[in-house]
Parts: sequence; structure tokens; C-alpha cells
Amino acid sequence: MTATIERGSATAPVNTPAAKKTPTRKKPGGFLTSSNGKKVVMAVTGAVMVGFLVLHMLGNLKIFFGRDSFNDYAHALRTLLEPIAPYRSVLTILEIGLVLAVVLHMWAAISLSYRAGKARPVKYVAKKSQANGYTTHIMRWGGLTIVFFVIWHLLDLTFGVVNPKGFDSAPADRMIAGFDPSRWWVTLLYLVAVVMVGLHLRHGIWSAFQTLGWANRDRNKVLRATAGLISIVLVVGFLAPPLAITFGVVK
Amino acid sequence: MKFTEGPEIRDTKAPEGPVEERWEKRKFGAKLVNPANKRKLNVIVIGTGLAGGSAAATLGELGYNVKSFCYQDTPRRAHSIAAQGGINAAKNYRGDGDSIYRLFYDTVKGGDFRARESNVYRLAQVSVNIIDQAVAQGVPFAREYGGLLDTRSFGGAQVSRTFYARGQTGQQLLLGAYQALERQIAAGTVQMHTRHEMLDLIVADGRARGVIVRDMVTGEIERHLADAVVLASGGYGNVFFLSTNAKGCNTTAIWRAHERGAYFANPCYTQIHPTCIPVSGEYQSKLTLMSESLRNDGRVWVPLRKNDERAPGDIPEEERDYYLERIYPSFGNLVPRDIASRAAKNVCDEGRGVGPGGLGVYLDFRDAINRLGRDAVEKKYGNLFEMYERITGENPYDVPMRIYPAVHYTMGGLWVDYDLQSTIPGLFVIGEANFSDHGANRLGASALMQGLADGYFVLPTTIGDYLAAGPFGDVDDEAVAQAEIRVRDKIDRLLAVNGTRTPDSFHRELGKLMWDYCGMERTEESLRKALERIPELRAEFWQNVKVSGTAEELNQVLEKAGRVADFFDLAELMCLDALVRSESCGGHFRAESQDADGEALRDDEHFAHVSAWEHGGEDGPVLHKETLEYEYVKMTQRSYK
Amino acid sequence: MNLTLRVWRQSGPSDAGRMVTYKVEDVSPDMSFLEMLDVLNERLIVEGDDPIAFDHDCREGICGMCGMVINGVAHGEQRATTTCQLHMRHFEDGAEITIEPWRAAPFPVVKDLVVDRSAFDRIIQAGGFVSVPAGSAPDAHSVPVRKEDADAAFDAATCIGCGACVAACPNGSASLFTAAKITHLSLLPQGQPERLSRAKAMVDQMDSEGFGGCTNTGECTAVCPKGIPLDTIAQMNSDYLKANAK
Ligand SMILES: Cc1cc2nc3c(=O)[nH]c(=O)nc-3n(C[C@H](O)[C@H](O)[C@H](O)COP(=O)(O)OP(=O)(O)OC[C@H]3O[C@@H](n4cnc5c(N)ncnc54)[C@H](O)[C@@H]3O)c2cc1C
Ligand code: HEM
Ligand code: SF4
Ligand code: FES
Repeated sequence: MTATIERGSATAPVNTPAAKKTPTRKKPGGFLTSSNGKKVVMAVTGAVMVGFLVLHMLGNLKIFFGRDSFNDYAHALRTLLEPIAPYRSVLTILEIGLVLAVVLHMWAAISLSYRAGKARPVKYVAKKSQANGYTTHIMRWGGLTIVFFVIWHLLDLTFGVVNPKGFDSAPADRMIAGFDPSRWWVTLLYLVAVVMVGLHLRHGIWSAFQTLGWANRDRNKVLRATAGLISIVLVVGFLAPPLAITFGVVK
Repeated sequence: MKFTEGPEIRDTKAPEGPVEERWEKRKFGAKLVNPANKRKLNVIVIGTGLAGGSAAATLGELGYNVKSFCYQDTPRRAHSIAAQGGINAAKNYRGDGDSIYRLFYDTVKGGDFRARESNVYRLAQVSVNIIDQAVAQGVPFAREYGGLLDTRSFGGAQVSRTFYARGQTGQQLLLGAYQALERQIAAGTVQMHTRHEMLDLIVADGRARGVIVRDMVTGEIERHLADAVVLASGGYGNVFFLSTNAKGCNTTAIWRAHERGAYFANPCYTQIHPTCIPVSGEYQSKLTLMSESLRNDGRVWVPLRKNDERAPGDIPEEERDYYLERIYPSFGNLVPRDIASRAAKNVCDEGRGVGPGGLGVYLDFRDAINRLGRDAVEKKYGNLFEMYERITGENPYDVPMRIYPAVHYTMGGLWVDYDLQSTIPGLFVIGEANFSDHGANRLGASALMQGLADGYFVLPTTIGDYLAAGPFGDVDDEAVAQAEIRVRDKIDRLLAVNGTRTPDSFHRELGKLMWDYCGMERTEESLRKALERIPELRAEFWQNVKVSGTAEELNQVLEKAGRVADFFDLAELMCLDALVRSESCGGHFRAESQDADGEALRDDEHFAHVSAWEHGGEDGPVLHKETLEYEYVKMTQRSYK
Repeated sequence: MNLTLRVWRQSGPSDAGRMVTYKVEDVSPDMSFLEMLDVLNERLIVEGDDPIAFDHDCREGICGMCGMVINGVAHGEQRATTTCQLHMRHFEDGAEITIEPWRAAPFPVVKDLVVDRSAFDRIIQAGGFVSVPAGSAPDAHSVPVRKEDADAAFDAATCIGCGACVAACPNGSASLFTAAKITHLSLLPQGQPERLSRAKAMVDQMDSEGFGGCTNTGECTAVCPKGIPLDTIAQMNSDYLKANAK
């Protein structure tokens, strides 16, 4: 009935079951391979992107001051620091930085979700979120939506590939044509994407505070509110121009 | 049940001289182990509660080679985690007249003059260092705005000497010990074996030399050898099935050591806690303690009339009996645990109990809420009220709580001398598992103190004196094989019965029997009845128990069955001890020995001794007495009127 | 009450495991969840079946031994409650209840609902302590501690090591558990000397055990029976960053 285990010599010092039970564990690597390190990358690159979005939004709002104002702004972007730096050089550097941030951000996001997948190889039969499931869904799916949008957005307004006016037109024309009432579905798409960005940032900005260790009991309310406020301002700021164009306020 | 009387125990190894110098003397007299030798000395510690956890960590720090065992999945879950109220220490931080001597005095008196003066004095001395140690480890004790430690007065003590961490003092102290233990595990001085149950003690050439344990995951039977064995396996209150102890608390480790020759002292001394949540039905699996502090503001009452079915709110003031205030006008609701418990039992026996089965009394906060306001009451007791509501579904702000006494602590345990060594050389016993410091009744907040005193400070010194003569060389092969065979046989026998009743159903029945016949009130008649019934039930157990599964796997039924088997044997010894001790003292109340008012009456002439039982063969156990002498605290009858 | 239970059964680490359905009748609303399982197990034993293995000990919400995912929620939907403190009055008659073990790679199933949580011990081993050998401590009043700090340290220290945070976390992260200990010791003067090395060692250990990374979803605090707050994780991150910056 009982296990047939070698009785062994009585003077044997000890059975050492500890040895056989030790699970295989990875040696910790450097900061960037740690899950916390990746979160920091995400937070920093996220902050860079938020900074970009704020500037971008401010620029977009120029459309309310007339086509020229907007075109001048677009031009100024390309001639930043000219003549010290050649045409479009600073912008290109900024763009490269931005792309780098996006890439690093995505790299961290993907490797963290890969890690998460490995940490839960067997899924639950029933699983119910107790924190309303917001973050889990919004952050990863929202992030993906944003990627697709950004690609389309670049094709539309930067390269003009899918824009009725094409590449060689003035930026303001591209924008106004892009959101023409007849292209209401573009506006709709834009709306969905921008709201997604807002939702992503509502959690993301607070999450970055948390990741960088700034959040605490006393500050939490303020930080949450800050994250919410920035998100709302960005959403409103980004949606105002296209909606105004689609509804004919700006022509 | 037959028993014989053997020679008295005369030497407890306590040094002579003034009580306050004895521990110093012992420390100085104890042989030291050469630091280079420590690594070669193996010590096994069973249990990772406050006693075992602190001992294993400290022995590891000293450089011994330690193996630590517990039945839970991690050392941090030992039952000490559940202690709520606090820990005593004679720091006198309040300047309210406390001192080592006063803590010593209170403990001897509280123990109803059935504890050793030398041991208790040492406990009071060491208590001071425990707080220092715990604070340095980061135990977050309650503090005052000035940043200094807060204390409260607890369990009727007249000085404020109880340190606490909200209602989770045991948890915080245990985590401190656990962290110290994990630090040693990381350092390699302690090898931890979780989910391992000790099933036998290896005694070779007259010395405790190791243990046989079962790996509860694989079922493997392992032998572990050492130069000394320390048992810190906790109390045996679960012999009553329902108690405030954790479900896994058991007597197996100490009982099997007892079978190998360690004397069992005062098994009948059990503490019944007055404020627990009553049983709600047949399925009840354990009882939950409600902190004693509730009695500071709650008033205890039952209806004047028998079998009064009315809701508590419908019973007018004049038809309520605030019986503690009536019988004990000066202490009122704050009488000591044993007295409050017995009074509750008496009113329930009269048919005036409330709630399911009439086994409960009200603990009413109505007046406190009127007097202090709901907010103040919530501040003080909010978390306790919440816990009560979670379990009972009743809101104590609106309806009075129902409480009933429950088994809580066992003062009895393996007999140890001043060095905490049992009658088997090399077998040390610490914490609730030994009998040493609380006499016939333990004061609130003293068990945590004793466990940590034993583990951090006393044992590490005294065990060195024993180990200085080691290492003790190879262990006799035959002794080890014998122990292992006994373990395997027991497991095989349990599995072979294949009857129709579960181990739990036997345990429940045994518990009920013990509660009825050897519980809060014991009589010669009840104890004789128990001594008749227990062997019958045990016989049925061995013929009809059903243990499903096999021995080679995680098998919780098998674990349970083994523990219940030992509880049967222990129960019998408890009843015998209770029968022989025909006086009342502390938690042991013999109805035949009471004064005109129904209070416990000690018989110092015949019973001022420790009853240490040696495991017997055919002729039953052998009783060895250790006479108790009181040089410092004069013996008096307790009175709380 | 009558209930239908769907319970994860797995005879050992190498068994694939499956959900098995049981009917339980005459359940009293005053029973605890574990008592309800006791009743079922008593029946299974008598019938010669293998009873459902689950971990439990204190049954009063403090030892942290119990834990199962009930209807998709670690420790069940009752907030701030361990499985052992959950009572059947919170379920409806005729309900179907799904019961699963904690699911995480670093918590392998031992049997049925019993999992191996020793990874938590190893995280503590990495540095979750103050190095102070017995007997070496100064008088307890030699270092006053601000009451606010002591209270906040206590709040973090109440973690019972149950693992519900890991079970609930969509990333299978042990951040809340680890952060609770780091925060407890970080807030006290006694924890300062080892503060940064502790944070680094513990977080690295958590990673090497195979737990996921935190994305601040808050699922952990929501199920934590002791309500350990999310800002403990910020504290951990801050200490970890500082440790790495050095
Ligand atoms: C609800 C409650 C509240 C309490 N409150 C207070 C209080 O406020 N103040 C106070 O001073 N006291 C209090 N007490 C009493 C006190 O908690 C205990 O007496 C004390 O903690 C016991 O500690 P210990 O180390 O001796 O044993 P335990 O903490 O019970 O540890 C026993 C250890 O032994 C192990 N073990 C047991 N059997 C075996 C075996 N066969 N094989 C291997 N390992 C085994 C277990 O795994 C465990 O690790 C309370 C008790 C209870 C039940
Ligand atoms: C406009 C572009 C984006 C901005 C401004 C942005 C911003 C942020 C910020 C600030 C964070 C918080 C970092 C932290 O938790 O510490 C974050 C997190 C995250 N982002 Fe983005 N992000 C952007 C695009 C994306 C994209 C394209 C993806 C898709 C892969 C993505 C996926 C994530 C994920 C998965 C997280 C972690 C979720 C969490 O912390 O809970 N993000 N993002
Ligand atoms: S943080 Fe909460 S959920 Fe996680 S182990 Fe600790 S008590 Fe359990
Ligand atoms: S059994 Fe101890 S917390 Fe549930």
C-alpha cells in the first residue's frame, strides 16, 4: 500500500528533496530585460509621444485661424532652425525620435504581453474582471487600433497617398479635403481613433506616474485627474478641426 | 483506565539562588559551542510558528545546521498568525508601575499557582528583549503620535503592558520571525521542508536523534537525522474538534514523542475563551474568536425567562439578566476568561441561552452606542463588527452579538525542565507544545511572549549546553528502521480498514464527547463516562474508518486520519489527568471542588504539583509528580467578586 | 439550497485535468464556502471517490492558505474576503458555481485546487527582511517612528501571501505581493539600510520566477482580501528605479 521507497542507510545525512524540487528559474538580466525596466521604457516613450501629441494638437488648432496660419505652421515645422540646419532636417530628427519612441514603446508592450502569456499558460474557464476590465482591453487593443490608424493617417495627411488632393498640395488643403463632408466616414474613423487614444492615455498617463514611482496615497487623486484632463484636452483638441470641417464650420 | 504512580521529578535544572539571578546564572553556566563546530551540528526544528520559526532562525544565525519542518505550504502560515490581541512585555514604557517582578507576579497568580516560579521569572525578564527584537525586524506595532510604541491593558491586567499591531499582532510577529527564517534559508543555514508532517521521533542510545516525516505531496516517507530535535508544533485544542485553532493543528508530533518516552504534563489544562462566535449548525468546521477587548464596552446578558423566543430588541430591560454584572459586581463584564466562560455555560444550561440550540449569550453594544455614539464604537471595533457580520450575516450595530465560549489554548504539553529539554535527552520542546509557563490558566497576550522568549532567547542558549558534547556520531540503524516501520505500519493500517465512516465524522464525535465530558466543567462521573466511551469510539475508528486514495499522493484524508488516531489516545490521557486532579484550578474546573458561591476551589495541599505522565504499556500511564514551591508569590485563592 | 459545482480536478502535476460537475444539496446559507466543500467531500469519501483537495488552515482569513477562483473571481465576488470567510448566503439557490485553482506558471497545480506558492517564499528570501540577528537589537524606543509611517507600513504588512493578486492579474504578475513587502519595510526607519538592495533583489527574483509584468490594471487590489493598495507598487517601482540608477 505505501510507497516502496528505498530505505537507504540510516546514517545517511538527509534526504534532500529540496534539490530535486528546485524549479528552473531564469537568472535576472539587466534593467531593460526586467519587467520593471520595460515598463519604464514604456512610460518614457509614452511621455515622448504625449509631448508630440500636445504639439501636434496645438498645430492642428491653427486651422481655426485660417488656411494660411495652418500652412505657415506646417512650413515652420519643416524650416525649423533654418538656415542653421537644412530644410526639414530638425523635423526629420524629431520624426526619427518619434518613430524610435513608437518602436520602443511597442517593443516593450509586445514583450510584456508575451511575458504575461507565458505567466498564465492555462486559461481560466470562467474569468470575471473586478476592476471593470478596462485597462486590459483598452491598452492592448486600443494600442493596436492606434497603430493602424497612424499608418492610415500618415498615408492620408502626410504622404497624401489616400488623400483626394494628393501629396503635392498645401497641408491645409489636404486637411480640409480629407475631412470633406462627403468623406464623413474618414471623420468617423478619425473620431474612433482619437477617442481610443484618449482612453489609452487616460490609463497610460496615470500608469506612467505609477511606473516611475511618483504615485502615492496622497497624490493619487491629483495624478488620476491630471491623466484624465490631459486625455480630454487632447481628444477635444484633436477632434475639433475635423468635426469643424465636416460640419462646414471651417471651409 | 489504569495508571500507576512513579517516582517524583525532583530536579528541574533551575539554578539555585534569588529568582532574578537564576537565568543569568544558567546562561553563564551553559557550555558554549565552538563556532567552528556549530556547522557540524544538526538541529531539527518541527514547526514554524512563533516558537519554531524564531528558534530555527536564531539557531541558523548562530551557525548551526538547521532543518525546519511545517505541514503548511509555507512557514508563514503557522497558527501563530491568527493571534489577535497582543503581546505582553515588562517594558514599563508607561511608567504605570509595571516591572519584571509585577509581570512575573501576575503570571504566577494568573496561572492559579500551577506554574514554576523560576520559569515564569525568566519569561518576564526576556519579554523586554522580544519587543526590541521585533521592532528592529520592522514589526509595525501600534504607535502614538510622538512616535513611541502604544500599549494597552489586556485581559484584566492593571498595567498597560500589552504591545499590539491592530488586531493582527500574531501575524505581524510571525512575519517578523518568518522573514528572519527566510533570511537564514537564503544564507543556507536553514533547510526548509514545507508540506512535511512529522510522524515519529527517532530515539537512539537514549537520545533524540531525528524524525520520520511524510512528504505530504508525494507521500514519500523520509528520515532526517540530527544531533538534537526541537518540537514547536503548537497546541492540541483540536482534540475538541471545534476550537479557535487552525484546522491543521494537531497533537501528532508531541504525542508520538510522548510514545517514545517524553512525559506529557498537565494534559487536562485547557483554556476556554468566552467570546467566540457560536456554532451555527452541524456542518460547523471551526470557531472564530472575537477579540476579548469587546467586553470593555459590550454588556453580556441573557433573557431572565427560560426558552425566551423573542427577538432581543423585544425583550424589555427588566426581563434581561446582565449576569456577569450581577454576580461579579466589581469586575462585571471584565472577569477573567475562565470565569466568564463558565458563567455563560451555566446560564445556557439553565435553558436561558440564545440563538440556535440555545448555545449563546448576547454581547450587547446598544448602551455603548448610546453613550459613545455609533462612530466611536465603529472606530474601536469596526473591523471586529465587520468580521462578525461576514460570518453570521447579522449586523451587530442593530442586533446584539451572540457569543459562546470555545476551546482556545492548551496549557498542558510535553514536560520540559528549565532548559526546555524533555525527559528524552536531546529533545527540546518550545511554545504551546510544552507545558512550562502558564500553569493552569494562561493570561491574555502571554502565549506570543512565551513562544518568542523560548525561540529567540531561551532555547538557543540552553540547547548549546547540550550540543557542546556533540556531534553525537552515527545513529543506530535499527532505531531508525524501527521508527520508519512504525510509521509505515500506521499508514498501512489506516488505509486497510476501508470502512464506512470518514475520519472527520469520528473527530466530530470525539470532540463532542470531550466538550461534554471534559470541557468547561468536569465531574468524576463525566470523566469516567468519557474514559469508557473513548476506547469504544477508538475501537470503532480502527474498524470502520474510511480513508480514500493511496499513500503515494497528496491525500488529505490520510493526513486527517492519522491525526484523529492520535487525538483518541491524547483524549484518554486528558480525561485521566482531569480525573486524577480532583481540585479545580485555572481552566480546569471540577464541579466537586467549588466554594459556596460556585467558584473554583484549589486544593494546594494535594495538588500543588505538575502531573507528568509517562507513556505506559500494559499497565497504563505512569504519573510522576513535580512539586511546585512558591518562595516569592504567596498562594492565595483568586477572587473577582 | 441546492447547487451545481463545476470543479477543476487534476490528480497530480502530470495530469491534464478537467472540469467535473457535482450536485450539492441541502446547503445551509450559514455555511462557509469551505464547509460546503467539506460536506461534498464527506460524501465523496464515503462513496469511495477521491475528495477535492484544497488548501486551508486557519479558516478565519488570516493564514492565507485558502484560495480558489470562484465564478471567475479570486476568492469569490465578496470584496475583501478570503475564500474561507465567504459564506453561502451570497449565492442563490440553484446556482452553478465554477471553481478553479490559482492559474499562473509560477504556481503549478499540485492537485485539484492546491497550487505550489513557494515562489513567494523565494521572493522574500531574496531580501524581504531586515538583517538583525536575535539579541542584537537596540531598545525599542531608541528610534521613534512617525505614527503615519507606522500605520502605512502596517497596512502594507497585512498581506497574507495568499496569491489572489497573481491569480486575478491578467499578466500573472506578483507585483502587489512583492510591493506590499517592499513598502512595509521601506516606510520604516529599520528598513532603510537595505532599502534599495532589497527592492532590486526582490523584483529581480519576482521576474526570474516567471511572473508577468505589471500594467497597473488594478485587478489585484480589487480581489486582495486585505485591500493592499496599488500605490505600494509605485513605491516598489520608485525604489527599484533608484536601486538601478545607483
Ligand atoms: C484565535 C487565536 C488568538 C490568539 N490570540 C493570542 C493573543 O492575542 N496573544 C497571545 O499571546 N496568544 C494568543 N493566542 C495563542 C497563541 O497564538 C499560540 O499559543 C501561539 O501562537 C502558539 O505558537 P507556537 O509557535 O507554539 O505554535 P503554532 O504557531 O501553532 O505553530 C505550530 C507549527 O508546527 C507545525 N506542525 C504542527 N504539527 C506538525 C507536524 N506533525 N509535523 C510538522 N509540523 C507540524 C505547524 O506547521 C506550525 O508551523 C491565540 C490563539 C488563537 C487560536
Ligand atoms: C499615440 C501613441 C501612443 C501614446 C501617446 C502612448 C502612451 C502610453 C503611455 C503614456 C503609457 C503608460 C506607460 C506606463 O504604464 O508606465 C502607455 C502604455 C501602454 N501603451 Fe501606449 N501609447 C501610444 C501608442 C501605443 C501603441 C501604438 C500601442 C500598441 C502596441 C500601445 C500600447 C501600450 C500598452 C500595451 C501599454 C501598457 C499598458 C499599461 O501600462 O497598462 N501604445 N502608452
Ligand atoms: S497582496 Fe493581497 S492578494 Fe496578493 S498575496 Fe497579499 S493579501 Fe493576497
Ligand atoms: S484558511 Fe486561512 S485564510 Fe483562509
